[in-house]
Order: sequence, then structure tokens, then C-alpha cells
Amino acid sequence: MKEKEIEDELVSIRSMMERSSKFISLSGLSGILAGIYALIGAGLAYYILYNDLPDELNPYKNMSGEFKSDSPGIVRGLFFGYDSSITVILLIIALLVLIASIGTGIFLSFRKAKSNGQPLWSSTSRTFLFHMAIPLITGGIFLLILIFRGHYGIAAPVSLIFYGLSLISASSYTFSTVKYLGLCETILGLIAACLPGFGLLFWAIGFGVLHIVYGSVMYFKYDK
Amino acid sequence: MKVPFEKLDKAFENRLRLQIMSVLMVNDRYDFNSLKELLDTTDGNLASHLKALEKEEYIVVHKAFLGRKPNTNYEATAKGKNAFKQHLDALEQLIKQQKTK
Repeated sequence: MKEKEIEDELVSIRSMMERSSKFISLSGLSGILAGIYALIGAGLAYYILYNDLPDELNPYKNMSGEFKSDSPGIVRGLFFGYDSSITVILLIIALLVLIASIGTGIFLSFRKAKSNGQPLWSSTSRTFLFHMAIPLITGGIFLLILIFRGHYGIAAPVSLIFYGLSLISASSYTFSTVKYLGLCETILGLIAACLPGFGLLFWAIGFGVLHIVYGSVMYFKYDK
Repeated sequence: MKVPFEKLDKAFENRLRLQIMSVLMVNDRYDFNSLKELLDTTDGNLASHLKALEKEEYIVVHKAFLGRKPNTNYEATAKGKNAFKQHLDALEQLIKQQKTK
């Protein structure tokens, strides 16, 4: 046996171990794009929250400072007053960011899987998605419950924490970089929970800036 | 120094068998169709190599039904895992020897 042959053997063993147990079609580029969408969404939300209404009518103004958004008056306002439309608009923005990010992610993963000659829908990607979906869907439902009960101030930290946990849970089935992204998101969420009023800012850092950093790291590490 | 070729496992001489074993080292169970997709091979080829590994008692077969479709899963045995590790050790030694030559 030649040295070259042995090395080929070892390369094939390593690649089989990795390809059979890890979802490696994640693209760094989709992380960068998801970050950009999130920043655009956060910018729009900021504009709607802080520029649309005169100060004395804007209940969200209170978010920058105290937890006034939890008071019953605002809940009433949200469901029966003009501002219910703002909640709806914000939810629509969040949903659009989510759909655009997932869509880009699927599209780019599909492209990468194809160029690697791998199926996108394999037992590995199913395991990966399953472990990601449990904390993520739990968090999503919990978030909607919080919003409909009027706890707006806690929405951003909760979304960051659950997103971070879902990444950590799925990270055993993909690149280890994902675990560090998950840890950063979770820690950021906890910090955000201590600092009410800066929810949107932390949300923009977590979903925007961190995704762009993570995406760039992935891009230069694996896609190049 | 003598190259320990005899330490290499004959059962893993075939590349496909080695790859099957690699997959089963890191996954508790793996089903036939996923294995076929991953290794990009034909039904007959894969089945014959799986049979060979089964004969060596390196893997065990679990047959089940998903609805009406048969679903065959494979699992590495302790014996198989040991053999795989020894094979890797032997490969490692071969490389070391050739580097010092």
C-alpha cells in the first residue's frame, strides 16, 4: 500500500463520518444575507415605532426606559385602539424577515448540496432540523403568547434566548461554529432581559450583526 | 522495520465496506436507502457488501416496516467497532513508518 492510498482511505473515512452525521450544506452567505434582512427589518421597526406617532400618543415610547408596555392601559390600547395596527405591522415585518431568511437559507443550502453532490433532504438534515425545531417552535409560540398578553418588553430577549438554544441543540449535527453563534445569542438574550427598553437594539445586534459575523466566518472557513 | 500489513483487516480492503463502517461508527443506526444515497452506489453492490460485513459479525441488521414499506437499518456491533479501530491504528502505523523511511 502506498502512502497516497492510505491517505485517500483516511480522507474517505473522515468524509463519510462527517457527511453521514453532519448537515454540511449550510452556507455562510445565507447567514450574511439573513443578518442584512434583520438589520433592514429592525431599521423599519425603529422608524415605525419612534417616528410615526407624536410622543404623547406613542405607547412604545415607554419601552425605552421602563416596562410600561406591561401596563393594562396599553394592552387595551393595543387591542382596541389605533396601535393594534402597529403590532400587526411589526409582526408582519418580523414574519417577512423570517420568511426571507429561511427562503434564502433553503435556496443557498440547496445550491451547495447540489454542488457537493449530496441530497438536501437526507436523514442528517432531518435530524438537524428536528433538533432545531423543538426549541425554536416552543419559543415562537411562547413569544406569540407573550405578545398577545401585552408583554412586549420581553419579546426581544425571549426570541434571542430561544433562537440561541435551538442553535445549540442543532449544533451537534452541523459545523461547530453554529454552537458558538447559539451561545452568543443566548447570552445576548439574557443581557437584553436585564436591560429593558433596548430590546430592538439587542434584537438588531443578535439577528443582524451576529449573523453577519457568523456568516463571514463560515464563508471564509468553508465556502472559499 | 517490518510493515504490519497483516494487521490491516481483510474485511475492510474494499473501500465501500470501509465507508459503510465509518458511517456506522458515528451513527447509531443507518437505513439502507440513506446509505445508498450517501455512498452513491447500486442496490446490489451495497447489499453484497453489507452481507459480507454481517457475515463477519461487524454489523447487525434490523428489519422493520414503516407502514407497508420495509425499512432495513444497520448497526455496528462492538466487534465491528473494535475491528474498525484496529484497522485505523494499522493505517496510522503504516503512515508513520513511511514518513520515517
